[in-house]
Amino acid sequence: MLHIVVCIKQVPDSREIRIDPATNTLIRQGVPSIVNFYDLHGLEEALRIKEETGARVTVVTMGPPPAEKSLKICIGLGADEAVLVTDRGFAGADTLATSYVLAKTIEKVEQEWGKVDIVFCGKQTLDGDTGQVGPGIACRLDLEQLTYVSEVKQVNAEQRTVQVGRKLEDGIETVETRMPVLITALKELNQVRRASLPGMIRGHRYKPTVWTTADFPDLDRARIGLKGSPTIVAKTWVPEAKSVNCQWIDGEDAQAQANQLYDGLWDADLPARLGWVQGGASHG
Amino acid sequence: MAEAVQEQAYDWSEYRGVLIYVEQREGLAKPVSWQLLGQGRRLADKLDTQLFAAVIGAQVEHLAQDAVAYGADRVYICEAEELRDYRTRPYSRVMMQLIEEVKPEIVLFGATATGRDLAGAIATHLPTGLTADTTELDVEPDPSRLLLASRPAFSEKMMATILCKQYRPQMATARAGVFEALPRDNQRSGEVIRLDNRMQEEDIAAKVLDFVEDQASVNLEEAEIIVAGGRGLGGPEAFRLLGELAAAMGGEVGASRAAVDAGWIGHEHQVGQTGYTVRPKLYFAIGISGAVQHTVGMSNADCVVAINKDKDAPIFQVAHYGIVGDLFQIVPALTEEMKRRKAAGMQAMHEEGEVGA
Repeated sequence: MLHIVVCIKQVPDSREIRIDPATNTLIRQGVPSIVNFYDLHGLEEALRIKEETGARVTVVTMGPPPAEKSLKICIGLGADEAVLVTDRGFAGADTLATSYVLAKTIEKVEQEWGKVDIVFCGKQTLDGDTGQVGPGIACRLDLEQLTYVSEVKQVNAEQRTVQVGRKLEDGIETVETRMPVLITALKELNQVRRASLPGMIRGHRYKPTVWTTADFPDLDRARIGLKGSPTIVAKTWVPEAKSVNCQWIDGEDAQAQANQLYDGLWDADLPARLGWVQGGASHG
Repeated sequence: MAEAVQEQAYDWSEYRGVLIYVEQREGLAKPVSWQLLGQGRRLADKLDTQLFAAVIGAQVEHLAQDAVAYGADRVYICEAEELRDYRTRPYSRVMMQLIEEVKPEIVLFGATATGRDLAGAIATHLPTGLTADTTELDVEPDPSRLLLASRPAFSEKMMATILCKQYRPQMATARAGVFEALPRDNQRSGEVIRLDNRMQEEDIAAKVLDFVEDQASVNLEEAEIIVAGGRGLGGPEAFRLLGELAAAMGGEVGASRAAVDAGWIGHEHQVGQTGYTVRPKLYFAIGISGAVQHTVGMSNADCVVAINKDKDAPIFQVAHYGIVGDLFQIVPALTEEMKRRKAAGMQAMHEEGEVGA
């Protein structure tokens, strides 16, 4: 049976974050915590593979203790086991330190529940927006790496291959590779199910496995948390809207306005700059 | 003593130069590659160092010349049949080898699917710090020579400047459309150095089976004219009017997030937050109120024309020309007048041509 690990993160719903105009700081109060929604698409795909070919699905997250809530949601949706990796020492991690801890976690998951065949991550997180943790984990565990996946076309458990569609800026690429593989999920990948009532009850009662630094005897302390993070935030600021001098086009009807606007654009030599006419302004 | 250790000065004198990854598909470079060479040139000049480009693929020799014309002092090129399609392992192998030999102090990639895939793998291998999706890139001069990599955070509501002090090279991916390419200069000269590909096909598990180009592909990033609509359009029908204006001008149709979220038009048209960052010569913002999430994606346009019912809409603060009124009247008038003027312009060009002949 395949063993699939899904990495998730509990994040503040950054769409709900506002800036305090007086202090120019983030107002975090009252901002709901959610499961990073790209991660849920990864979980959904893992659950579909489980239903089609049979698989064990283990969800892992690194975060503070309240992140347990997100793991319970994943169990409610149908995951088999969930692991919370939490420790003050992990705080302040950038993507490099995060992928180190998650890679160590997946290694430990393998020791506990068996060899991992597929790892799902979201394309990126809502709060970090980097998309770097997935490739980081793949690199550390020497997994094949398939990012920006919009369709899982085939999972062949016997031949240990997967075939996916990757959505790039200009089209869709079909790639096949071998397991073990790490896949990062786009929202186009699938539609996330709703938890059933028995599922929700199971999630509610479920106690995730909790691991701290003490559970990783060979963890290199210099590579975790703030200390293990090469990038530091030097400053933050609220961007000021660029302000330009607006010339009002106030002709009395639409035709007059069109003429007035285009006269302005023609005077600014736009037709030449756009290559509609050769050289300078055509009239004049 | 302990404090002295903490604020240890690093000796990075071995690491010099700025390296740009030139992304391509089938020998066609992504515009972000030349934009990054432009910005890389500015950074390299400020650091008084060299600008390098990395070109990887099959039959991509012409791109080495292009990279020089767009500002590179030296181009490293690795060509092999195994490198025809982008795949993480062989490409990251070449880049790792290059970075270890050349020791650049800064390495930049486009924040595209490929650029992010590749940079994420390399930064972990090295290891070093990697800043994602930057929209501002600057450097501190000697002695720190730090890359000041700034990016939007928290759904574009804030900007953050990120540094990597303890590792080299400093790496970042950068958004397409933000930085300006240098004008192409075929007179520029530069060195081209060939690298060996050390990976055989049998060692590469990933096989690219096919690539289907997006048929309804909108090319916002390269568009010179964009006619964009927002919530004020009131529904999908009005996008037809915008499409007619765009067609008359030879432009593309863009949209704000509100219009995309409402399902009036596809995500591939979205400008701004979680959409495209564009820098056309002419941008029409029609029925778009102008939230910062939108304006971060379009305020680099040379000329912005805003059309809105509400004269207090923030979009007018970033507009060069503002029209307050009913878009259903104004847009068709603009389309007709544009057709008339373009026809007249063609006529004039034609006549000039005859006079010259």
